[in-house]
Amino acid sequence: MISKDSEIILEIKNLQARVEDQSILQGVNLTIRSGEIHALMGRNGSGKSTLAKILAGHPSYTVTGGTVLYCGKDLLDLDPEERSRIGLFLGFQYPIEIPGVNNLEFLRVATNARRQGLNKEELDVFEFEEVVREKLKIVQMDSSFLDRSVNEGFSGGEKKRNEILQMALLEPTVSILDETDSGLDIDALRIVSSGVNQLSNPKTATLLITHYQRLLNEIKPDFVHVMSAGRIIKTGDKELALDLEKTGYDWIDKDAQPKGNDL
Amino acid sequence: MTSRNAVGELVSQPYKYGFVTEIETEKIAKGLNEDVIRLISSKKQEPEFLLNFRLRAFRKWLQMKEPNWAELGYPSIDYQDIVYYAAPKQNQKKSSLDEVDPKLLETFDKLGIPLGEQKRLANVAVDAVFDSVSIATTYKEKLAEDGVVFCSISEAVSEYPELIEKYLGTVVPPGDNFFAALNSAVFSDGSFVYIPKGVECPMELSSYFRINSGDTGQFERTLIIAEEYSSVSYLEGCTAPMFDTNTLHAAVVELVALDEASIKYSTVQNWYSGDEKGVGGIYNFVTKRGLCKGINSKISWSQVETGSAITWKYPSCILQGEGSVGEFYSVALTNHFQKADTGTKMVHVAPNTRSTIVSKGISAGKSSNSYRGLVQMGPKASGARNYSQCDSMLIGDLAAANTYPYIRSQQPAASIEHEASTCRISEDQLFYLQSRGIGFEEAVSMMVSGFCREVFNQLPMEFAAEADKLLSLKLEGSVG
Repeated sequence: MISKDSEIILEIKNLQARVEDQSILQGVNLTIRSGEIHALMGRNGSGKSTLAKILAGHPSYTVTGGTVLYCGKDLLDLDPEERSRIGLFLGFQYPIEIPGVNNLEFLRVATNARRQGLNKEELDVFEFEEVVREKLKIVQMDSSFLDRSVNEGFSGGEKKRNEILQMALLEPTVSILDETDSGLDIDALRIVSSGVNQLSNPKTATLLITHYQRLLNEIKPDFVHVMSAGRIIKTGDKELALDLEKTGYDWIDKDAQPKGNDL
Repeated sequence: MTSRNAVGELVSQPYKYGFVTEIETEKIAKGLNEDVIRLISSKKQEPEFLLNFRLRAFRKWLQMKEPNWAELGYPSIDYQDIVYYAAPKQNQKKSSLDEVDPKLLETFDKLGIPLGEQKRLANVAVDAVFDSVSIATTYKEKLAEDGVVFCSISEAVSEYPELIEKYLGTVVPPGDNFFAALNSAVFSDGSFVYIPKGVECPMELSSYFRINSGDTGQFERTLIIAEEYSSVSYLEGCTAPMFDTNTLHAAVVELVALDEASIKYSTVQNWYSGDEKGVGGIYNFVTKRGLCKGINSKISWSQVETGSAITWKYPSCILQGEGSVGEFYSVALTNHFQKADTGTKMVHVAPNTRSTIVSKGISAGKSSNSYRGLVQMGPKASGARNYSQCDSMLIGDLAAANTYPYIRSQQPAASIEHEASTCRISEDQLFYLQSRGIGFEEAVSMMVSGFCREVFNQLPMEFAAEADKLLSLKLEGSVG
C-alpha cells in the first residue's frame, strides 16, 4: 500500500520551539508521505498539541530551530491562512466558539479561500449550499448546524463533527487531527472516524494525535509514534499502540533514553 | 499582515474624507456675544421670534457650566476662539443645482453623495450641508407631490415659520443642557422634515453634513415632524477634513411623532477622529431627542458611530403617548485615542409604553467606549416595558469599555430587563479563522460585523452594507 517512493508531503527536521521562556519542542523529526496515516501518542504535556499548533502557524509559539517542508516548500514561512489554502488542515482539540459569525457563511468563506489556493472558481451562495448539503452526510449533521454561530453552544461531539465537516469541505492534503476523539461517546467516535476514513485517499495523509487506542481501532495507522519531553522517542506500527494501552509510557521513557530521536 | 502580530496592533486605514475644499468662504469674526447672535440672525433674515429664541438661549448658556460628569478629560474649549458662522460665498440658496458652485458639487461627489440629476441616488432625497449652510436638496418637487416638506431649516424658517415657532425647542428646550443652549443660540443650518397626516414618505430622506473650515464650529439643528398616521425614514451622514486642531460640533435634533406616526432616524457618523496619536479630531457633543407625543407613535434611533475624537451623545425618547414605542440601536467603534460616551434615555411617561435598547460598543487601540443610559418609568407608566442589552467588545488589551445603566422606576407595574456582556476578540478565535484560510483582517472584520449584526439589521438597506464596510475600513491594516 505504501512504498518508499510515495511523495513526501510533510518533512519535519529537528524542530525546536518555545512558548514564552519555556522550551517545548526539543528536536522533532517526522516524515509523512502521501497515503500514510500516522498516530502520535504520548503523555499530557509531551508536546503533541504544540507540534500540531506550530504546524498550523499558531502565533503564541516561537520556532527556535529546525525546518518543516510541505511538499518541498518552507511551511514555517507562511501565514496560517496560507497554510490552509495550500492544503494543511488542523482539527482542533477544543474548537473555539465564535459568537455572531454564522457557521454557513464561515464555511463558505473558508471553502472559497481553499479553492483560491487550488485555482478553482469561487462558489456562490447557492452553489455552496449544494456542496455543503452533500458533505453534511459524511458527518451525519443536521443542516440546522449551518444557521448557528460557529461552534456556539455546540456540544463536544457537535464541535468535533463540525471540524470534520470543515475537513470535508477544504479537502486538505494533510490533516492533523488533535485529539479529535476526546470527549466523544462511542457513536460520535464512529461517525467522526468514518468521516476521516471516507476522506482519506492515496494522495492525502493524516496525523492523528490521540491518547487512546480505541480511535486506532477505527482509523488504522501505518505508523505509531510516541512523544516525550518534546521529542519523538519511539516509532512502531499499530502493535506499539496496543503495547502502550497495556503497559503505559514508563517503559518507553527508560527504553528510549539513549537513542533520543528517530528518523 | 502576519498572524504574528498581537491582536491589539490594529490601526485604522487613513481617513479618506480628510481633504479640504478650496473655496471662498464668508466667515464672521471669531467670538460669541449678543451682537454675533444678532448678526447670524440678520444674515439669515430671520423673524423676530427666532432672534428672541436665540437670545434667550444665549442668556441661559452664559449662566450654565460645561458638564464634566462624563469625565472625558479634554482640554477646556475657548468659546471665544471659534467662528460661529461660515458659508461658501453664494449668498442665496440656489433654486436649481446648475447654479450651485461646481466645487461644492464636486466635494459631495468625492464623498460619494452625488447631487447632480443624472448621478444622484435613486430613491434617496439628500439635503447637503456644507459648513453652516445647506447648499442643495434633491427630489424636493417629487416629495412635494405628497405634501412632504424636506428642506434646510433656514428655508423652513422663511417658508413655514408657524411650524418652526410651534415646534422648535419643544423637545429639547434651549436651557436643556450646556451644548443644547449653545446650539439654540447660534445654530446655523440643518434639515427640516414635515410629513403630513396619513402620508408614508415615499423615499428615504438623508442629510449629509460636511465641516470644511478648521476653526468653525458646526451647530446644526434638525427638526422632524410626523403628523398623525404618517411615517418617515431619515438618515444622516457626516465627515470632516483632517486638521490638527479640534473642531466643535454641537448639534440638536428634535423629533415629534403624533398619533400612530413613526420616525426612524439613522446616523452614520464618521467625523474625523484625530490621528493615531490622538491629535486633532472633532468634538461631537450632540443632543438628540424624540417626543412620542401621540398614542401608539414610534421613534427608532439607529446609529453607527465611528468618527470624532470625542463623542458625547444620547439619542433619547420621551414616551408620552399611550402605547408609544422607543427604540435605540447603536454601534460605537473607537480606536487609537478616541473617546465615546453614548447611550440613550427612555423616559416612559404614559401607560403601556415600550422601549428597546441594543448597544454594541467596540473598543480598540487605547480608546475608551462607554454606554451610559437611563430607563425611567414614571408614576403613570403602568404596564410599561423596557428591554436593554449592552454588549462590549475589546480588541487588544489597552482599550476600555464601561457600562453605566441607570434605572429609575416609580411604577411597580412596569418591567425593566437589562442584559450586559463583555467579550474580547481572542487570539485563539482569530487563529481558528486564519487556520481555515481566512486572512487576519478579514477574520477581525467577520467577528466585528457578527457582533454588530443586530444593529446593522435595523439600518435602511442601502446603508447597512456601507456601515459594515466602514467598520472594516476603520480596523483595516495591522501593524507589521
